[in-house]
Amino acid sequence: MAEEILLFGAWGSPFSRRVEMALKLKGIEYKYIEEDITNKSPSLLKYNPVHKKIPVLVHNGKPVAESLVILEYIDETWKDSPILSKDPYERANARFWAKFIDEKCLSAIFKACWGEEKEHEKAVEEASELLQFLENELKEKRYFGGETVGLLDIAANIIGYWLGVFEEASGAELLTREKFPKLCNWANEFVSVSAIKENLPPRDKLIAYLRNRFGVGTTSK
Amino acid sequence: MAEENKVSLHGFFASPYVRRVDLALKFKGIPYEYVEEDLKNKSSLLLKYNPVHKKVPVLVHNGKPIVESLVILEYIDETWKNGPRFLPEDPYKRAQIRFWASFVHQQVFENMVLILKTDGEAQEKTVKEVSEKLSLLEEGIKSIFPEGIPIINQENVGLLDILIVSTFGSYKAQEEVLGLKLIDPEKTSPLLFSRLKALLELHVVKGALPPHEKVVGALKFMRQNALNSASV
Repeated sequence: MAEEILLFGAWGSPFSRRVEMALKLKGIEYKYIEEDITNKSPSLLKYNPVHKKIPVLVHNGKPVAESLVILEYIDETWKDSPILSKDPYERANARFWAKFIDEKCLSAIFKACWGEEKEHEKAVEEASELLQFLENELKEKRYFGGETVGLLDIAANIIGYWLGVFEEASGAELLTREKFPKLCNWANEFVSVSAIKENLPPRDKLIAYLRNRFGVGTTSK
Repeated sequence: MAEENKVSLHGFFASPYVRRVDLALKFKGIPYEYVEEDLKNKSSLLLKYNPVHKKVPVLVHNGKPIVESLVILEYIDETWKNGPRFLPEDPYKRAQIRFWASFVHQQVFENMVLILKTDGEAQEKTVKEVSEKLSLLEEGIKSIFPEGIPIINQENVGLLDILIVSTFGSYKAQEEVLGLKLIDPEKTSPLLFSRLKALLELHVVKGALPPHEKVVGALKFMRQNALNSASV
């Protein structure tokens, strides 16, 4: 049976890259279609009419949207190299923190990097409080998933790579080794995993894109 | 085996998020202790169990806390495999249901809360948005059940059903307080409305929803608070 797996994505999007990381970790072959988000293709609009966003995974013609939903779909469909534990409590834990990252961390990080100057200090404080929760959650583990990269590590790609790039692009300082030694170690481990490393957008290209789109940030030198 | 499955739920009677978990436990027939929290004076236990968000619902199972209603629902489904399965076996159907559950949670319900907390033009705008989202949801429901929705009973309730009841179950109270219909059975939501009516007939649901007057009181209180602080 010929399997057809398509992924509609965008090179700089952490959400899109999450899906690629999971597919690569499991050794799944797929066809990648780069979307210009300022000029969305009719295929994308057909496969995700509700949100009209990437990423969308299309498996044998059937579309799945929303990166965290896609990650669970991938894990349930291709059972090799699982990214979620079998234990319901650990699964709940991973899901909780993944939502935390998407619903709270991203916007807080963004504010701290590109928010208003007069709100900058407060924004950094708020973002740091959130990062502290993740620092504590890591404990002595090599990855959030334990010995191997799991769903939460993949969801935390924003922290593991994009955050550093946001900092460089905007001049903001958030993920310091002094305040977050465990997270910093984790980030290094995370980006060294080959399935992850192969799926990171080029740093300079991303910095240029971010500066172009959001400006040079409140604390740029 | 007395200690094996000690379950408690920290909640607030008027919270639809809590209602979801309450319904899930009842549908599965899981015995639990309910702890009503005073949200203006949260218990130290609640703050210990949910230090990140400090919110209800919190499910505590054998001393371990689980938070965030949708996460709790999946935890319940995976831990207690008896009774109705909230998510089907097929990964694609599971993905569709998770997608629409997230849609109801973020796109529909959070906007309904905004409608309660605003008036005038801001409210009108959100009412229009909710109407559009409900149209999308109607299409979504059709796409999940292309052969038609099976008749509901206490053995086949699913995740979306729990969300539908918790979000729209008190629709009469919502209409009374807002003076407008959110869920329109004729124009936007015939399927959704008929599903809701069928769910409201279920024994478990009847026992779980708070009385009309109590909900009206809670909604009026929330609305007044929000409008007062907005005009300060």
